[in-house]
Amino acid sequence: MDLSYTDEELAFRDEVRAFMRDELPKEMSDKIRLGEELGKEGQEKWHAILNSKGWLAPNWPKKFGGAEWNAVQRHIFEEEAAAHHAPRIVPFGLSMLAPVLQKFGSKEQQDYWLPRLLEGKDWWCQGYSEPGAGSDLASLKTRAVRDGDHYIVNGQKTWTTLGQHANMIFCLVRTDPDVKQQEGISFLLIDMNTPGIEVRPIILLDGTHEVNEVFFDDVKVPVENLVGEENKGWTYAKYLLTHERTNIAGVGFSQAGLNTVKRIARAEMAGGKPLMANPHFAARVAQVEIDLKAMATSNLRIISKAAAGGAPGVEASMLKVKGTIIRQEINDLARRAVGPYAMPFASEAIEGSNEALPDPHEAGPVAAQYFNNRKLSIFGGSNEIQRGIIAKVMMGGGQ
Amino acid sequence: MNFDLTEERQMLQDSLRRYLRDKYSTATRNEILESAAGMSTDVWAQLAELGVIGALFTEEQGGFGGAGFDIAVVFEELGRAGVVEPFMDSALIGGRILAACDKSDLVEEMIGGGLQLAVAHGEPTSRYDLSHVRTSVDGGKLNGRKAVVMNAEMADHLIVSARTSGDVADEAGISLYLVAKDAPGLTIQGYPLLAGGRAAEVTLDGVEGELLSEDGFAVLSDVIALATTAQCAETLGAMDTATRLTNDYLGTRKQFGRPIGTFQALAHRMADMLIEMEQARSAVINAAGNLNEETRIRDLNISAAKNLLGRAGRLIAEEAIQMHGGIAMTQEYELAHIAKRITMADHRFGDTDHHLERFIALSAA
Repeated sequence: MDLSYTDEELAFRDEVRAFMRDELPKEMSDKIRLGEELGKEGQEKWHAILNSKGWLAPNWPKKFGGAEWNAVQRHIFEEEAAAHHAPRIVPFGLSMLAPVLQKFGSKEQQDYWLPRLLEGKDWWCQGYSEPGAGSDLASLKTRAVRDGDHYIVNGQKTWTTLGQHANMIFCLVRTDPDVKQQEGISFLLIDMNTPGIEVRPIILLDGTHEVNEVFFDDVKVPVENLVGEENKGWTYAKYLLTHERTNIAGVGFSQAGLNTVKRIARAEMAGGKPLMANPHFAARVAQVEIDLKAMATSNLRIISKAAAGGAPGVEASMLKVKGTIIRQEINDLARRAVGPYAMPFASEAIEGSNEALPDPHEAGPVAAQYFNNRKLSIFGGSNEIQRGIIAKVMMGGGQ
Repeated sequence: MNFDLTEERQMLQDSLRRYLRDKYSTATRNEILESAAGMSTDVWAQLAELGVIGALFTEEQGGFGGAGFDIAVVFEELGRAGVVEPFMDSALIGGRILAACDKSDLVEEMIGGGLQLAVAHGEPTSRYDLSHVRTSVDGGKLNGRKAVVMNAEMADHLIVSARTSGDVADEAGISLYLVAKDAPGLTIQGYPLLAGGRAAEVTLDGVEGELLSEDGFAVLSDVIALATTAQCAETLGAMDTATRLTNDYLGTRKQFGRPIGTFQALAHRMADMLIEMEQARSAVINAAGNLNEETRIRDLNISAAKNLLGRAGRLIAEEAIQMHGGIAMTQEYELAHIAKRITMADHRFGDTDHHLERFIALSAA
């Protein structure tokens, strides 16, 4: 048993640190630290910076132009990125679609789409969820009917993250309605500029525009945009979902969030003393910190197993549940820490309005973040679904 | 023992609930939320006509209520409908300060619906400490900065607290002044609030005001006791809406071929929400029913209620969102607004921890 990084891992961490210090633009990290939106341009800029270093696709094999890091390296990178308030890489194309193309795509699809991903030529979004098919994904209804060398697609997707920026969407569609739910699904790549596609914004409760509804009305999709075999999409979808679960514990985000809570609570006065000296508040912070320390080690235990070739199974569900509970608790502490200044609506500042935020400056976004991050326990397979998986695997039953 | 409302209060509750159900839909409220004023003067006038403001004042003050249960009935209904108009800050806090300071002409105007007030008391570093006042008086002129002043932009007058003697957190030496909205030296920088309505940062630079009271702390602590009780009742109403919406959703939303409420994992949590609702209702009754008791007993019950509502409110708001899934995250769905009202209520008049500490201190006294 050895809880410390190896010399190689430490050297890698130093390299990542130096990169973050030298290459991450300050105006970018300031925005992330204050909970402001980076926008499409900012995201693309960060992607280009990472790509020029060869670090844009940590999980890709080298033969496709990736860094081919192991799980420990990826973890080190993610921790350092969060600590330096680096933007999160938009995962849909690079981390989710790419592994599917690499494993199941045709040679033509790989040769065309993968280099474009690295060069930032396409912005991908995900067409999985539907209004009637959330946690029960296999009940999806969007239809694709073969018509010569095209599919004709009709239906609706929802919760399409950053779809407003996207020119491409990968979709699960029903190509055979007459078989068992999981067996009639196909995986299609669709150009968002095709006639018949309409994107409508969904405004979230904190005033942000992150997600969309996407409507398909007789949309013509060339047959060469089918990935793998017709009606085998569920296999690819499940493969993709295992890649959605990278950095699922979010240890770096939690650590950065905890640092923010402490920074606010040292500055904020309560009853003539810093809030951090208040025993009730200090106890709440300490408890989250204790949970986080243990989860960070759980995370490393699972990562080192994965780096050694083991596949994380039910452990990923455990990290999802515990990781999101901890992140949400930290958001709640930050909200409490700023007291009455939690009440102003921060999106005014996020959207660059002229109305200046009240002091303290850091107070602005924390309550909005608290509300926005309620999503953490809902998306990507809700925590109820994850608990069901844990119970089923560990107890051989469950619901 | 009798926990029924009196006939008058029952009538007030019925008429207010009917009005809000018919006239204050989610769509109407969303329009108000997005308006520049952040409130509807029409709604204000119509509710004043229904007697909503009069119910907050005693007969001596020109109203027809003013007791703890009158205030609780009104605010529970306002909370149930997620009303964003500033009845708390303008009518209850502002109005009752004026009543305590014998400004009966202005109170009459308030009850008639023709007056808007803002109370500029909290400061950037005061957090939830009622005695924390740094704003000073110099040759009869007010200087200082006030934080998160509700309804400041719409107010005809501001009630401003300022220190005439003592140190920053002393209870003695705080006076209250009435300041006209257009007084020279007064700057109001407004912004919208996450849970609806608007507030402002207020700067006072040699502002003239009319002295209302030299015993500001006593006036404020009595009125804030009323307001904290009202806040608990308002949150209770909002919690009831969140619980009802969740119950309805669990019965209609289907996943894996059946209503999600038939999954035991969710059904048991729904049961916990209903249990917490009963606890919260009892805590509000304790606060409202002890408002006229001696100060220590009054405040003990208020702190107990505010702490319990803070905990139960957080549970209900978070569970309601979680069990609704993505739909609860959207701005246009009713629950989003209601959940924000419940959560942001924790940031008014002292949060869960603040009232836990106050309860401990009062219990030991």
